[in-house]
Amino acid sequence: MREKIEVAAARYPDQRSAIMPALLIAQKEHGHLPGPVLEEVADILGVERIWVYELATFYTLFRTEPVGVFHLQLCDNVSCMLRGSEDLLRHLEAVLGIEKDGTTLDGLFTLSTVECLGACEMAPVMQVGDDYHGGLDIARIDALLERLRAVTGQAIGADPATTAPPGE
Amino acid sequence: MSEPVLLRNVDVPDGHLLTTYEAGGGYQALAKAVHEHTPDEIIDLVKKSNLRGRGGAGFPTGMKWSFVPKRAGKPKYLCCNADEGEPGTFKDRIIMERDPHQLIEGMAISGYAIGAETAYVYIRGEYVLAIRRLEQALAEAHAKGYLGKRILGSDFNFTVHIHCGAGAYICGEETAMLDSLEGKRAQPRLKPPFPAVEGLYASPTVINNVETLACVPHIVARGPEWFRGIGPDKSPGPKLYCLSGQVRKPGLYELPMGIPLRELVEEHAGGPLPGRKIKAVIPGGVSAPLIPERGLDVGMDFDSLAAAGSMLGSAGVIVIDDSTCMVKVATRIIEFFHHESCGKCTPCREGLNWVVKVLRRVEAGQGAPGDLEQLEALCKGIFGNTFCALGDGAAMGLRAALTHFEHEFVAHIEARRCPFH
Repeated sequence: MREKIEVAAARYPDQRSAIMPALLIAQKEHGHLPGPVLEEVADILGVERIWVYELATFYTLFRTEPVGVFHLQLCDNVSCMLRGSEDLLRHLEAVLGIEKDGTTLDGLFTLSTVECLGACEMAPVMQVGDDYHGGLDIARIDALLERLRAVTGQAIGADPATTAPPGE
Repeated sequence: MSEPVLLRNVDVPDGHLLTTYEAGGGYQALAKAVHEHTPDEIIDLVKKSNLRGRGGAGFPTGMKWSFVPKRAGKPKYLCCNADEGEPGTFKDRIIMERDPHQLIEGMAISGYAIGAETAYVYIRGEYVLAIRRLEQALAEAHAKGYLGKRILGSDFNFTVHIHCGAGAYICGEETAMLDSLEGKRAQPRLKPPFPAVEGLYASPTVINNVETLACVPHIVARGPEWFRGIGPDKSPGPKLYCLSGQVRKPGLYELPMGIPLRELVEEHAGGPLPGRKIKAVIPGGVSAPLIPERGLDVGMDFDSLAAAGSMLGSAGVIVIDDSTCMVKVATRIIEFFHHESCGKCTPCREGLNWVVKVLRRVEAGQGAPGDLEQLEALCKGIFGNTFCALGDGAAMGLRAALTHFEHEFVAHIEARRCPFH
């Protein structure tokens, strides 16, 4: 982690600028950002600990609490809402047996809603890990959950069938 | 304008690779800029083109560049605003994913024009594929000498770094973005000083949107007259329109600036879903006041939309049909702004909290007589009383819904339920 953070920090004339990239690196490594990790980031960069804490709690992509293996982040902003994201949320809550912001007992899935993912042409959209899944309906959600369960522990590739080209 | 310019490569297989970009004449505009023009000449070209910022505000790009002091005694910076967070907007993501070299060439020419040697692309962290593609493209451009030291044999040095955002809409506001780049919580700064004089690390800084920068190579290659020949003279150029919501063919469309909103929605995007009628359209992301169906003949450019009481914004066009409750849409929009308020200004932070509470109870059938007056009083308390435009956008959006669809709000209160459920 230290080496990656130091490489990132070299891009800036001020170490404080490297806190955001460092937190992203740390989160990738640890899954979330508990206090000791934040302190380590501050020590590596040689910056005030409060500077690190305040960023970790201001920006929504930083998680100070753990999440499941798969973090299902369903967009519920206007364009996705107009294409049925509310029904998808209710369906996900029912099939996973959890409410929004909850994690399944097996630790596999955390379910969240997020603000606009910037992929409204394929609404409704859900981000899982690094990948966007668009054009979702209940059948596609079920198929996606099945695929995720099947490849637990492995990297998930984007489904080309659910990403539409522009203008279509 | 039948031939796409900005979207030329997006549907081409491997459109994101340098070889594809070069095969279409890519980086020739950069070569022309550094070999045939002085930096001031490039600024003049962009001024003459009447290019206006595509991020939302529509400020003349050439004029923005000319505010950078010539002798600052400090490094100058170029920042690309790729923190595309305005709901309904996805144009910058598609450029970066499928034609990242177009952006990089635009940045290199812009950096040459303003005298910057270092640039940062502030890109939202959710855009993982765009980040990967841009990283790959930057490496390709460095290896080929389009970036780095003594670019194409000239005296111009230029390096581009990627800075990933971490989920904060407010970073789209340029001074909040600068604070974020400096490693602080993203909160807007008081202006003046403007970033061109005192921006990143208190140095002269130009901040331009992805699409704005992507226009620059074409202006250099084809000339400002070509650019001004497309769309209205005061607001010209090819434009990317993001179509989403209850419309048959959502997607990204490149069409001239100024195209009528009705033509965009009904012809290009295929009109409403089967059996539905269009009720209203949000023309420029949720900050832009909605336009009821009868107003759709307005031109999609900065001035025409401003005259119609709305704005082009990010050209995120969201279509709403007659099956949808406008109170629900307004509630969702204000919930978004409330969630994204950075907390710096009390009217926005506290005011939007109250607006959300009132809207939620109206939508739930628990509204009281006087709630609409209460909402207007809250809008009045927010609008114009904050550092940045986030609170203004929320107030303007809510006012438009209240003005054009007052009968729906009243129906909720009188019937004590949502008529759409």
